[in-house]
Amino acid sequence: MSTPKIRFENVGKTFRARGATVTALRDINLDVRAGEFLVIVGPSGCGKSTLLDLAGGLAEQTSGRILVDDKPVTGPGLDRGIVFQQYALLPWRTAQGNIEFGLEAKNVPRRERAAKAREYLDLVGLTGFQDRYPHELSGGMKQRVAIARSLAFDPDVLLMDEPFAALDAQTRDGLQDELLRIWEKTGKTIIFITHGIEEAVYLGQRVAVMTSRPGRIKQIVDVGIDARSATEDLRSDPRFAHYRHEIWTLLRDEVKRARSEELEGTHV
Amino acid sequence: MSSLTETPPAVRTAPARRIAVPAVPASPPRGLGRRIGRITGAVLTRIVAIAALAVIWEVFPRLELVNPVFLPPLTEVLAAWKDLLVSGELGNHTSASLARSAAGFGLAIAAAVPLGLLIGWYTPVANLLNPLLEVFRNTAALAILPVFVLILGLGETSKVAIIFYGCTWPILLNTVSGVRTVDPLLIKSARSLGLGPVRLFQKVVLPAAVPTIFTGIRLAGSASILILIAAEMVGAKAGLGYLINYAQYNFAVPDMYAGIITISAIGLLVNQLLVVTERRFSTWRTAN
Repeated sequence: MSTPKIRFENVGKTFRARGATVTALRDINLDVRAGEFLVIVGPSGCGKSTLLDLAGGLAEQTSGRILVDDKPVTGPGLDRGIVFQQYALLPWRTAQGNIEFGLEAKNVPRRERAAKAREYLDLVGLTGFQDRYPHELSGGMKQRVAIARSLAFDPDVLLMDEPFAALDAQTRDGLQDELLRIWEKTGKTIIFITHGIEEAVYLGQRVAVMTSRPGRIKQIVDVGIDARSATEDLRSDPRFAHYRHEIWTLLRDEVKRARSEELEGTHV
Repeated sequence: MSSLTETPPAVRTAPARRIAVPAVPASPPRGLGRRIGRITGAVLTRIVAIAALAVIWEVFPRLELVNPVFLPPLTEVLAAWKDLLVSGELGNHTSASLARSAAGFGLAIAAAVPLGLLIGWYTPVANLLNPLLEVFRNTAALAILPVFVLILGLGETSKVAIIFYGCTWPILLNTVSGVRTVDPLLIKSARSLGLGPVRLFQKVVLPAAVPTIFTGIRLAGSASILILIAAEMVGAKAGLGYLINYAQYNFAVPDMYAGIITISAIGLLVNQLLVVTERRFSTWRTAN
C-alpha cells in the first residue's frame, strides 16, 4: 500500500483544567488514504473535535505526531481546509467575498479570485447568490458557502467538524448528497466528524468509532457500499441497516460510559 | 425621520401592483389609503409631544401660570433667536462652539482609536489597563475641569483639552472591547487559513470591531456637545455656553433660552448624524 495521506501516530492530548490534568486523546493511531472519505464518530466529549484541531494545526498534540504526505504537521496550512459547525463566515463579507477570503490568504491575484469564487459557488449550487451577506442566507446555504470557501483554495484534505449538526434534517440530507457528489468530483481526502450514526454510514467509506474520554479509536468499520450517489434511497438498503446496527452496538457502551462519567462529574 | 423620506417611492409603486393583481380591484386603493393613514399617524406620533411642549411653553407664561419674566412665551424666545441670528451673533457663538467640539472630538478619535486597537490586541495590556480606564471613564469630565483650568489656564487649550478628555474614554473603551470581543471562531477559522497576525488583524479583527468602535464614537460625539457648554461657562469670550451664561447674568432671559434651544438642536443633529453613520458601518451586525 502506498503511503497514507494522513497518518496519526500514537497521538495524545492532555489539557490542564482547574488544576487537574485531563486526558482528551490517548494513543490515536489512524491512517487515512488519499482520496478517502473517513468518518469519525464518537460520544460527545470524546475529543473528536480536538483530533480535528490537531490535524488542522490549530492545536498541538502532547505526544505522538501527525503526518500529512509524510511531513509532520506543525501549524495550519492551505493543504488542509477546515469546515466548522458554526460556518465561521465573515458577516461583513458577501458569499463571494467569503469564498475569496481563503484565496487572499493564498495570494491569488484579484481577477482570478473572483472567477474562482464564482466557480465554487456554482459547485455548491449557489449560483446567483454571490452578493448575499451571511445574515441573508439560510443555515444550509451558509454551510455551502463555508464548504465552497474551503474548497476554493484547493486543499488536498478537507477536515469537517460536525458541519451539518446545526441544520434541520431535510437540509442535512440534501447537503450529505451534495457533499458526496463534490467528493466524487474533486477527489479530496475528507475527514468528517459527526455524532450521528446514520450520517457516518451514509457518508463514510470507513467509519472510525471512538471511545468515551480519554478518546481512543475503538474500531474501524469498513462500510462496503460502493457508488453511494448512484444508489437510490441508500438508507433503506439492508446493508445500510447492517452497518448502522454494527456502529450503534460499538457506540452504545461508550455513550453509556460517557453519560455515567458526566453524572459523576456533576456530583463532585 | 426615515419613514418620512421613504414615502414617495412606496406611494408610487402601489398603482403598478394594482395592474398586476386585477382580481381584487378594490383593495389596492384602500391599502394605499391605509398606508398614507399609517404614515401620517407615525409622523403625528413623533410630533405630538414636541408640539404639546411648544403649546405649553407659549400658553402657560401668557396665562401667567408661570412667571413670564423667568420663562417668556416661546414666540418671544424665537423672536430673540431670530434677532441673534440676523445680527450674526448666534453664528459667531455657534462656530466658536463647534470649532472647540470638533477639535476635541477629532483629536480624541485620532488618539483613542489607535490606542484602543493596541490595548485590545495585547490581552495582558488590556487586563492591566482596563480597571484604570474604568476609573477615568466614570470620573465625570466636569469634575476634572478645574484641574484643566488650573494647569492649562482659561484659554482655548483647556476647553479643547477637557472635550478631548471627555471624548477619549467612550472611544477607547469601546475600541478595546470591540477588538476583544471578536468571535473566536472567526479568528480560529482565519488562523486555519494560515493568516499571520498582521493580516488576521487587518482582515478579521479590525472589520469585526468597526461597529463597536462607532458606538464609542457616537457616544463621544454626544459627550463633546455636553461638556462643551460647561467648559464655555468658565471664562470664555465666545461660544453658546458663554452666550447662555452671559444672557443670564444680564437678565436677557429670551436670549438665554435662544441659546439653549440652539444647543439642543445642535446636539440632536450631531447625534442623528452619528447614528446614521454608525448604521452605515454596521448593517451586517443588525440581523445577527
